[in-house]
Order: sequence, then C-alpha cells, then structure tokens
Amino acid sequence: MKVEKVLIIVSKGTIEDVYAGLVMANGAVMEGIEAKMFFTFFGLNAIRKGKQDKLHTATVGNPAMMENVPTMIAGLPGMEALASAMMKKEMDKLDIPPVSEFFDMIVAGGGEIYACQLAADMFHLKKDDLIDDVKDIITVGDMYALADGPNTQIIFI
Amino acid sequence: MTEEMTLSDISFNEEGYMTNLDQWTPDVARELARANDIELTDKHFEVLNFLREATSNGEKLSIRRIGKSGIVDIKGFYALFPGAPLKLASKLAGIPKPTSCV
Repeated sequence: MKVEKVLIIVSKGTIEDVYAGLVMANGAVMEGIEAKMFFTFFGLNAIRKGKQDKLHTATVGNPAMMENVPTMIAGLPGMEALASAMMKKEMDKLDIPPVSEFFDMIVAGGGEIYACQLAADMFHLKKDDLIDDVKDIITVGDMYALADGPNTQIIFI
Repeated sequence: MTEEMTLSDISFNEEGYMTNLDQWTPDVARELARANDIELTDKHFEVLNFLREATSNGEKLSIRRIGKSGIVDIKGFYALFPGAPLKLASKLAGIPKPTSCV
C-alpha cells in the first residue's frame, strides 16, 4: 500500500534534527504525498521568527561529531557557532536551502505546518512569535486528527 | 497522429523515463501529458525546455532550482505538474529521473 500522508513531529531544535524533518516533509510533497509537520518543545525554535535561521548543532555530547576533538575543547566558547557555520556552508554547497526558505518550499508544495499548544504555552509563545508559514497552534488531539486516513505514517524526531 | 504511432517508436526505461533524449519532440510531450490528464500550455513548454537545457548543461535539477529559474515559482510548478512535479516534468521533458533529494 502506498504511503499517502506523513505526519512529521519535530521535538528537537538542532540543525540536524530540524533538517531531517524538513527534508522528509519536502521529499514527501515532491512525491505527491500529503505532508503535515508538528513542532513541539525545542523544535519550536525552527518556526520562531528571528531564530529559525540561527539553529546550532551540539559539539558537546555528540560523539559522532569532531571525534578527534576532546570534549573540553569542544565546549569552549565559539566552538558550537563555528561547527554550526561550517555545517550550513556544506549544506549550501549541496543546494540545501536555509530553514526559512525550506518552509516556504514545503508550504508552496501544499505541506502544512503546526505548532504544539502545550509547548507554546510553556515557552510563552504566541502565533505572532511564529513564522507566517505556521497554520495554527493546536492540541495533541488536533495533531492526531491531522494523521486521519488509512495510509498515514507518523514520524517522530 | 495517434498515441500508438507517436509513442511506440520511443524507448522508455521501466520507470517510464525516456532513455534517448533525441527522440523527444513537443508532440511526444503532448501525448505523454495527455496520458497524465494534462493539456500542455506554453508555460508547460517553457518549463520543459528549461529542464532539457539545464540537463544538457549537466546541471543537477531540484525543485529549488526551478523555483529560482524565473520561469515559474514553486507553487506554480506544483500547479502545472500536479502530484510529483519534478518527476512528472522530467518524464515529459524526456530527461532522466531526477536524483536530487530537495
């Protein structure tokens, strides 16, 4: 049975987690698969005005990254910004768009973006704090309703 | 010209992409489009020609690249070739299956 719809839940705010969600959502609309995205907890940073293009990757607590660099060094001021900037540069070479542009592409293809009510309340965020591509701030119940239909896959990041 | 006459001489791979770019003509594109319930307009052909040109220049095609082509924006591209636009447009343009993930 062909996948007809994906609901992608993004709960983390690092570059790699957010891009994983964006690539899969955009890949879905490119294939004619309906795509919904739901952002919660630190994932909300991906849809916050002024923050979404400034996401970082973690240089500490990430053994797969900079494996020859001792943790104490990786934790020095500026290391995270440096690693994040390098990562974005590499992505740009591959024609991977910045986060804000990626959202525009997904929405242009018919994808829909939602924010989690509970997390938004917790971080004191209102609709105005979020990018225009966000359709609504919804409850977990509404989120499940987005996944209605027989051939839907829910992906949690 | 019937569909059989137009398309029977053309070689496709198992996924429906033309294997010989030189066999492409606007009529072939029209026939293929009709099989997908699309009646090609001038705008469609502008996009198809862009895809063919970019391919012959060795460019890697992506939805983003088409959005920046100046011919059509991304929303318009989805509207012209509904469903899976990059794949469908590639089939109609007679070019190989796109290999981009974005």
